[in-house]
Amino acid sequence: MERSYIMKMVCETAISKEVEIRQVAFECLVSIASTYYEKLEPYMQALFELTSNAVKGDEEAVALQAIEFWSSICDEEIELQEYENPESGDSEPPNSHFIEKALSSLVPMLLETLLKQEEDQDQDDSIWNLSMAGGTCLGLVARTVGDAIVPLVMPFIEANISKPDWHCREAATYAFGSILEGPTIDKLTPLVHAGLDFMLKAMKDENNHVRDTTAWTLSRIFELLHCPASGFSVISSENIRQVLSVLMESINDTPNVAEKVCGAIYYLAQGYEDAVPSSSLLTPFLTEIITYLIRTADRTDGGDSKLRSSAYETLNEVIRCSNVVETSRIIEHLLPVIMNKLEQTLQLQIVSTDDREKQGDLQASLCGVLQVIIQKLSSTDETKSIILQEADKIMTLFLRVFACRSSTVHEEAMLAIGALAYACGPNFENYMREFYPYLEMGLQNFEEYQVCSITVGVVGDICRALDDKVLQFCDGIMKHLLNDLGSNELHRSVKPPIFSCFGDIALAIGEHFERYVSYAVTAMQQASQICAQIDLNDEEFMEYGNQLRRSIFEAYSGILQGFKNSKPEVMLPYAAHLLQFIELVFLDRQRDESVTKAAVAVMGDLADALGPNTKLLFRDRAFYIEFLGECLQSDDEQLKETATWTQGMIGRVMVS
Amino acid sequence: MAPHDLRRPFKRAAISDQQRRRELSLQRQAQHRRDAQHQARCLASFLNPHSDPEPEPEPETTSETEPEPSDSPKELDIRHASKLKGAEARKWFARQLMLPEWMIDVPDQLPKDWYVFARPAGKRCFVVSSNGTTVSRLRNGSMLHHFPSALPSGARTKDSSGSAQSYSILDCIFHESDQTYYVIDMVCWREYSLYDCTAEFRFFWLSSKLAETGACDPPSQYHRYRFSPVPVYNCDQAGLSAAYTGAVPYVKDGLLFYNKHAHYQTGNTPLALVWKDENCSQYVIDTDSKGQVPSQQQVVLELQDNGNLSTSDDPPVVFGCLDRAFIEQTESRSGNLLRFAIGDGGLNFVDGKLEKADLHYLGKPNRARAFADSYSKVMFQYMARHSPLRIDDLLASINSLSDQENKPSDVEMVG
Repeated sequence: MERSYIMKMVCETAISKEVEIRQVAFECLVSIASTYYEKLEPYMQALFELTSNAVKGDEEAVALQAIEFWSSICDEEIELQEYENPESGDSEPPNSHFIEKALSSLVPMLLETLLKQEEDQDQDDSIWNLSMAGGTCLGLVARTVGDAIVPLVMPFIEANISKPDWHCREAATYAFGSILEGPTIDKLTPLVHAGLDFMLKAMKDENNHVRDTTAWTLSRIFELLHCPASGFSVISSENIRQVLSVLMESINDTPNVAEKVCGAIYYLAQGYEDAVPSSSLLTPFLTEIITYLIRTADRTDGGDSKLRSSAYETLNEVIRCSNVVETSRIIEHLLPVIMNKLEQTLQLQIVSTDDREKQGDLQASLCGVLQVIIQKLSSTDETKSIILQEADKIMTLFLRVFACRSSTVHEEAMLAIGALAYACGPNFENYMREFYPYLEMGLQNFEEYQVCSITVGVVGDICRALDDKVLQFCDGIMKHLLNDLGSNELHRSVKPPIFSCFGDIALAIGEHFERYVSYAVTAMQQASQICAQIDLNDEEFMEYGNQLRRSIFEAYSGILQGFKNSKPEVMLPYAAHLLQFIELVFLDRQRDESVTKAAVAVMGDLADALGPNTKLLFRDRAFYIEFLGECLQSDDEQLKETATWTQGMIGRVMVS
Repeated sequence: MAPHDLRRPFKRAAISDQQRRRELSLQRQAQHRRDAQHQARCLASFLNPHSDPEPEPEPETTSETEPEPSDSPKELDIRHASKLKGAEARKWFARQLMLPEWMIDVPDQLPKDWYVFARPAGKRCFVVSSNGTTVSRLRNGSMLHHFPSALPSGARTKDSSGSAQSYSILDCIFHESDQTYYVIDMVCWREYSLYDCTAEFRFFWLSSKLAETGACDPPSQYHRYRFSPVPVYNCDQAGLSAAYTGAVPYVKDGLLFYNKHAHYQTGNTPLALVWKDENCSQYVIDTDSKGQVPSQQQVVLELQDNGNLSTSDDPPVVFGCLDRAFIEQTESRSGNLLRFAIGDGGLNFVDGKLEKADLHYLGKPNRARAFADSYSKVMFQYMARHSPLRIDDLLASINSLSDQENKPSDVEMVG
């Protein structure tokens, strides 16, 4: 009763005389759509009329909210479809399929909005107008209903795509790009095959908007319909040359178009990730693509740095997804080019904070590229030597970038250093004296917790690279890590990586971890108390709890394995608490699979490291039998393997 | 009331993968951490604590000479394979094991044509010894251990008999709790390929050759794991009983039946069969991902172009057919694997051929699944739930044969 009354009032307000009131009324309907989806059924007929009148005739501010209403309905139904799970048998909220039912009237209404573009909408990122909202909603409708949208949109595209008025051509292209996600590959493939040539020609359209939307549509095509690893792609050895020559020409277009072209190249390259041998298709063009991307990054006509960072990010993807065997020479040549550019940023004249910020952004992009190159070339033994030869120079550059002290750079350079440490192995020791102060700075950066978190990860990389040679730095590192754990200021997401890092350190320095063990394990025990108090209804916190538990287990694993050969008895006093914690985690039926893996592994480590000393402990806590049984029956081979190993270790203890 | 959040800019998502770089870094670090801990676990548990830790044997880098040309392509294949490393080796080994079908009816002539032995519970793997080192690889091709052994050319010792180039390949099951490789078949011995030999010969060769190398001795510095043959019996009444109830030093996981005349054939073969019941295996009926036995049997089938649902066999066995509307509704495509429950209607047979199956669609299987179930697997599981093939049935079939054999037989005279 009351609900109907409220709805009646909202609907009446939605046709009030004042624009502002109508707008607020529709905002209210948008909220209702996402909050009370399951109660909407009786009102939908009225709401459809109300919203479609608003979209067709009302002021833009009101019409935008009316479209938003339908976008919200799509959001709800897409989410319901994702959760529809025939196995669970739970009673789930019903999907009323409003979009499907309204489809034949909804789609024409949205297509109309596409024709209401503004002249300069592609130049200004803050613009949000009817045609953009309409296209966005059309994309959501496509994801909601899939194939059913195609026959409703194709006539519009065919009628408009060649008209003299650019509004029509742009709207048709936008409609095409919007429906590429949702319908099945089988449905879309013939359409896209037929349309690709047209799109490539339209990159020379006289109108900038049309070219902008065309380039965006190409990037969507490559994102969604170019997946050689799964056996389907619109790109073939016959057309790749033509596609690339159009892209290379259009990357010189105005900055807004060039940025979309970068997007197209980005997805074109991404499709070839892990797609040997198809990735060879791109190899002959790689040098040219890289040249064009760097030239684009160097352009000065972009209003802000957006085009430049798009060009560099695209370069990263091109390198990351290339076939390393075929392209290592090309990437090898790129390395000094990027190092040179990074060197040049150090000589920029810095007068204002603005200059400082620009320098920082540029260094971030270039460190990003270097990180990707280091990782790519160190992924095979044959190409790793290229990095090793240049390591001195690369490291010197990073240290000079640190000296510029801008936090974004700090973060990207830190990420790159982690990759370099992994590539260098024990030789990374040569850089530690100079690098160590920055490592400390990173570990103390509470404010930018991402930086802190990444630095913790790099400590792990360094431990694995240096092994016991990391010992000389451990007092300082452990002090900062323990400080970080005790801090209320530091974002909690950094704490799990710190525990994992304890394990890395212990594994590297073995028995020398003894001097930290009481501090470290005390912190781990405290954190395990927190895990025990986690509110099962708070999803976000539960996720955090899973990370925390996994990291505590990883810490114990590293410590136990580290002590095993020399001083396992150090860990004896902590064994009972650990086993109790494992049992607690075992009893949690909702535990994450990764937590299960870590828990089973640490149980084996306990038996392995402490041997017969744990016999009584295990005998008193027979839960481990059930736990192992559960793991041995898992579909996950890795888990089964670990559980089998653990079973063997405990078995050995029990017969001892 | 707070206004709704602005829509994400559909058309202008900036290309930024800094977050992605962070995530990739984290993944890389996590992987390296797993590797480091895994290595710590393996190294330490298998080194003899009373001796100095010996350095890991180096990967086979010495005296890489080109394999000599050989007449038999298979021969060349193995010789080549013994030198493969990394991804290449993984790919090759993943395809090389002989995989038994499930026993859904009792083969004729069990006592005459078949061997039986109790399968050790553990990891099925290939063990390759060559160039002074030994490597074991799991079914998916990934490396299990890399170690010195007393197998031919399996360790760098001075007194190694035979040339350093020689290599051997064994089909084993690694049994975790006693850290022993149980050898269930021999594929190649001192460069001599046994692929095209009968099981009879392979088992004979295995039993006579393995022990003389010292591979069955307890572990020592140049021999990190013990190898052991498994007792293989003729599948007569006594042999079957011995395999079924006899004491063995390992945990049993079902019985394996090998046809004496069959060559070593890679992939699934009906000439090797596996059979289980509760007495000789911990897990007879399949469990789901949570370790529970589901109330209805679940099967994974592959969707064909014409809508047929079929098994992984060659030729495939069709279990049912989906109509177009259902295929579209579930967004399935040809080649997809789909999971079904077998309903109360069960499986119906006419003249021993599957006529109809009461399938209920459950969803798509775990992404790790690469193949549909085989017909024999589905049938064995179905029978295990309804009318299992019992050890008594096997024994009875042997008995009935021996009864017949007591009668004079003309047929044999002809053969």
